[in-house]
Amino acid sequence: MPIITSSQAKLDYDVIVVGSGAGGGQTAYTLTMEGAKVLMLEAGRDYDPVKETPMFQDNSVAPLRGAGTPDKQAGFYDATVDGGWTLSGEPYTNASEDPARRFEWWRARMLGGRTNHWARHALRNGPYDFKPRSRDGLGFDWPFGYDEIAPYYDKVEMLIGVYGENNGLENTPDSPPGVLQPPPKARASELLAKDRMTKMGIPVIPIHRAVLTQRLDSENLPARLHPGNPKAQRVLAKAMSERAACFWATPCHRGCSIRANYQSTTVHLPPALDTGNLDIVPNAMVREVTLNAKGLADGVIYIDKVTGRECRVKARAVALAASACESVRVLLNSKSAQFPHGLANSSGLVGKYILDTVGGSLVGQIPLLENLPPHNEDGAGGAHVYSPWWLYGDQLAGQLGFARGYHIEFGGGRGLPGFGTGAGIDRFTRGSYGRRYKEEVRRYYGTIMWFSGRGEMIPNEGSFCELDPVEKDKWGIPVLRFSWKWSEHEVRQARHMTKTFAEIIAAMGGKILGADPSRRRAGREPIENGGRVIHEVGGTIIGADPGKSVTDPWCRTWDVKNLYLTDGAPFASNADKNPTLTIMALAWRAADHLLAELKKGSF
Amino acid sequence: MSTTPHYSRLDRRTAVKWMLTAAASAVALGRTPLGAAMAGAAKPAGKGYGTDPDLMKEYKPGDLWPLTLSDAQRRTAAALCAAIIPADAESPSAASVGVHDFIDEWISAPYPDQQRDRPVVLDGLAWIDAEARRRFSRDFADLDEHQAAAICDDVCHAPDAKPEFAGAAKFFARYRDLTAGGFYTTPVGMKDLKYIGNTPLPEFKGPPPEVLQKLGLA
Repeated sequence: MPIITSSQAKLDYDVIVVGSGAGGGQTAYTLTMEGAKVLMLEAGRDYDPVKETPMFQDNSVAPLRGAGTPDKQAGFYDATVDGGWTLSGEPYTNASEDPARRFEWWRARMLGGRTNHWARHALRNGPYDFKPRSRDGLGFDWPFGYDEIAPYYDKVEMLIGVYGENNGLENTPDSPPGVLQPPPKARASELLAKDRMTKMGIPVIPIHRAVLTQRLDSENLPARLHPGNPKAQRVLAKAMSERAACFWATPCHRGCSIRANYQSTTVHLPPALDTGNLDIVPNAMVREVTLNAKGLADGVIYIDKVTGRECRVKARAVALAASACESVRVLLNSKSAQFPHGLANSSGLVGKYILDTVGGSLVGQIPLLENLPPHNEDGAGGAHVYSPWWLYGDQLAGQLGFARGYHIEFGGGRGLPGFGTGAGIDRFTRGSYGRRYKEEVRRYYGTIMWFSGRGEMIPNEGSFCELDPVEKDKWGIPVLRFSWKWSEHEVRQARHMTKTFAEIIAAMGGKILGADPSRRRAGREPIENGGRVIHEVGGTIIGADPGKSVTDPWCRTWDVKNLYLTDGAPFASNADKNPTLTIMALAWRAADHLLAELKKGSF
Repeated sequence: MSTTPHYSRLDRRTAVKWMLTAAASAVALGRTPLGAAMAGAAKPAGKGYGTDPDLMKEYKPGDLWPLTLSDAQRRTAAALCAAIIPADAESPSAASVGVHDFIDEWISAPYPDQQRDRPVVLDGLAWIDAEARRRFSRDFADLDEHQAAAICDDVCHAPDAKPEFAGAAKFFARYRDLTAGGFYTTPVGMKDLKYIGNTPLPEFKGPPPEVLQKLGLA
């Protein structure tokens, strides 16, 4: 069942889902497993990780040793095809010329979208994260608390498979027994950092990542996830049995042909297709949502990129999951007499309060890691441990000068050699070459550690997107223009990150590489540009008050009762936790609501 | 449209390698005229591999875009690769595994980073050959180890280089990074580093006791 062409689309779908990533994949999964007929539209091509993932190719057989180029911006072997910071014929603009006020937008036009290459970090938001305004007076509360969303976190973790541990730390939720998979053992560099960081009062615990460290329990999990639904249980048991456990080789960002990690294309879409209830039209660039005379969404108009023709498809309900900003773009481009400023925009808030994650980082060379006995450190193809935010008390007491926290992702070690291996070590080697240089490369290989802060941004009036009044893409669809602003909270938080990382590197006996953060030029803050962390959320803020929000507590627009946003667009805040798991939990919950409305015949 | 391309380093290990490389290339970009402008420094003719290349295929230099180096340039390039990474007890030389052909692929690529390196490398190869002839009346590729070292010693560390060698030192630093990137990604280069991953394992055991002991974590 099937990937179809535009001409094969049927006339009687229950729901059109726009987008096939974490949000679209979860929405389609939940709907089709419960019997709804779904048409999924994806702007990029069909993509099959089982056949297309370069699992063991070393960099010597890649063009340019695998280095990134404008065509493959995250490196040749990164899973992303037809994607990146820039897409030919699909521009976006920035309102300000100021480099510090730019937003950069990573898009992936392919089935599964950005889930094909993501880091697989799957952290839950905690109780504080849904009520930030109540806690410190800034930003917005969500219209529900952690307890409301927790069962959906449980279900998503059981479905996709997440390794991790329950550590009982503040605002860092545990999962119920039997839900998480066992975490992998920490690597040498991770253990060394943990030793020093623990002495500094910074906790280091197993990270949660969507990678199977053992096979999924296909006998018991399906019944827990789909009670009373034997067909769904059967379909899911088969899908789960087709996923292998990690075999501790190859980086996850290439994708995974054995389906050991989560990507929508290997985890959400196969069972959804197997139900017989899902059709997918790839190469379908959605332009707008259409309305019927009653003011309900009745379908979408898209450009078929293969034929260049405009197509119209119909359904009883529409779920946008095109990525937060792309979904906003579709709404703003859906203008009608009823909604002259864009669909579901009676509040005027569509496109407002877009958010990314605060990013700051530092790299160090750690002499203790020199000349370690050779051993295999590939592990689960990504991080095994991390540090959750640890200064809640100091922060609430006003001692830090910024309101929200960050977690630390870090690593190093003897990974697969790449184009940069052996490069840039002049400062240690005084420019050696020849046999001495070979010895130096052996000595320094595996001794570099990176530390990245991932922090919460507070929504502000200066960070939004709107339609550019002039610019259009190659299909004539108006594009987004971004405005971006970091507040002092984010800038101070990023300074705190780099100061902390410098202290950690010093505690490990290491040397900072690159610019010393304490000697940074005035006016250049150690914070990455908006969008660079690729945690784009917000733009259709969720809330309890129709005048102050775009979506209701079910991620459904207040204005159009059969139109849902099931990507990151409804986020009212963007906790330091990576957003993907929360996107999936919200999408599952929204799809449950949509199913109930369909059953009731509400539209 | 006012976006600038940046190449995301999503994988953090790659990120680190790239931060190091970027630091190195920033130095190389301050291009100093090294010698006569080269006929071959014209822009490369080929197209890139596009945004949806076949990732499963094995590529070699020349498969995707035409290469640049003449036989004489290639000989110099190989000799310099061998001077930077010669054979030793652990592994063969960079030249013996064709790293100069990777460098040719690199400077022939129709992408901005590589096009910035192109004149640096072509002018640098011309300079080092001219310098060999000036000092020893021979091509660089025909120098003995001591003669080659006499030239390399003058340019191998930019902060120590005399002013007249400043441009050549920038070239040398960039060429060393390209040689390393080319060499350590090959099977013999990975073996030299004692990288033993990229192979399926039944379980991940974490670091062995001798590693923990060395780190004081046992």
